[in-house]
Amino acid sequence: MTALLGADDVRRAISRIAHEIVERDRDPSRLALVGIRSRGDILAARLRAAIRQNEGVDLPLGALDITLYRDDLTRIGHAPIVRTTEIDFPVDDRVVVLVDDVLFTGRTIRAAMDALVDYGRPRAIRLAVLVDRGHRELPIRADHVGKNVPTQPGDDVRVHLVEVDGRDEVELLRAEVPA
Amino acid sequence: MTAWSRRHVLSTEDWTREEIERVLDQTEPMLEVLGRPIRRTPALRGRTVVLFFAEASTRTRMSFELAAKALSADTSIITASGSSIEKGETLLDTVRTLQALGAEILVMRSAASGAPYFVAERVTSAVINAGDGWHAHPTQGLLDAFTLRRALGDLAGKRIVIVGDVLHSRVARSDIHTLVPLGATVTLSGPPTLIPAAWRCGQLPPGVSHEEEVDRALDAADAVIALRLQRERQESGLLPSLREYALEWGITEERVARMRPGAPVLHPGPMNEGVEIDAAVAHGSRSLIEQQVTNGVAVRMALLLLLAGTPVAA
Repeated sequence: MTALLGADDVRRAISRIAHEIVERDRDPSRLALVGIRSRGDILAARLRAAIRQNEGVDLPLGALDITLYRDDLTRIGHAPIVRTTEIDFPVDDRVVVLVDDVLFTGRTIRAAMDALVDYGRPRAIRLAVLVDRGHRELPIRADHVGKNVPTQPGDDVRVHLVEVDGRDEVELLRAEVPA
Repeated sequence: MTAWSRRHVLSTEDWTREEIERVLDQTEPMLEVLGRPIRRTPALRGRTVVLFFAEASTRTRMSFELAAKALSADTSIITASGSSIEKGETLLDTVRTLQALGAEILVMRSAASGAPYFVAERVTSAVINAGDGWHAHPTQGLLDAFTLRRALGDLAGKRIVIVGDVLHSRVARSDIHTLVPLGATVTLSGPPTLIPAAWRCGQLPPGVSHEEEVDRALDAADAVIALRLQRERQESGLLPSLREYALEWGITEERVARMRPGAPVLHPGPMNEGVEIDAAVAHGSRSLIEQQVTNGVAVRMALLLLLAGTPVAA
């Protein structure tokens, strides 16, 4: 097991991404943050707090559960647990920043974009992730990345966050046999 | 949380509290889907749900249809009239045909108690009982429990009163089989001719009591479910008159006031206003009858999703 990011690294990455998001789109009043459950929503809340501190604006914050949009839903052979999506602001004409912990195949983001456009027509959708581990299976890239990490496809990247795991840390578990 | 292992939804009588809670917990996110500008998600795209309704039904059938459509499943509706049942095709032949045509989930309403059990043993489709005779209506029980849980919070220790024709009511039975496992108690009240004799004589299932006087049953109750009075009961001599029923058992504002402050009123529909429930109550601030309709779609979505994810192999 390799530690990729410690608590300070996570804090700095979020702080930097918070600045980048506002820099990229000068009018913060049209921004919104939507985190993908179950860790992206926590990161989105932290980004919102950081942007509030830096800019003095409270961005609308939402949480998205993508289970009903998964492309493997009827192939996984067991009933998945669906959690509630909370987007209680109009997404029309907003620049929505999707937030997730790890970007891997891109399938989660594809599902999240499909879910999001069911709520309206955002002006643009951007993507912020704490870790980009590569191995995309769809033409998707992140606009804001905490850390790029080279991995093998069979590796496991684990993100721990204080709110649910008691500590901030990102770890890499190498696959037993590289795939 | 343990994996979902039920292949069919026939009755909640043998369900554990965990299974019931799993369905209710999954209903919350479905309710959110129904509140979106686009009430449709792709979850069951390409899956086939057949609604086989051999008995008249508007709201349950439409509720299942909306639930299947909100999950993007393909739906077909078969009713007894206009199908080969009129030509004398047996129940088993009909459902075998539906299975051969690709029905992965078969939602069935039948006037014969036990029909969904008979079918479930003989087809590979998952079967959901949408009401069989006097026996069970499990999705109604689950949606009533969901509606009550939203209004009252944890149902442990709550006392729910069910008023009316308990004898012929699959809704009453399914409500009991859903509410009692969640820790609630149920008080039954209604004309003695419309309460099962064994229950009237004190041989009641756990968590259930009987109180003939509706006013006493309602005193300090946490909620009331008024059952639909089927008009044919009067013709069969079980009731003197609808007017007398309304006076003795109808849910009026005075009776609602006997319950705890804010205690809600439910009704499975369709209502006979002025008989089992006053119009002022049915459309008043304590009524959850409209929410029941919306919650019904959400509960059925949760069940379709759970069954669609359960492997066929036993």
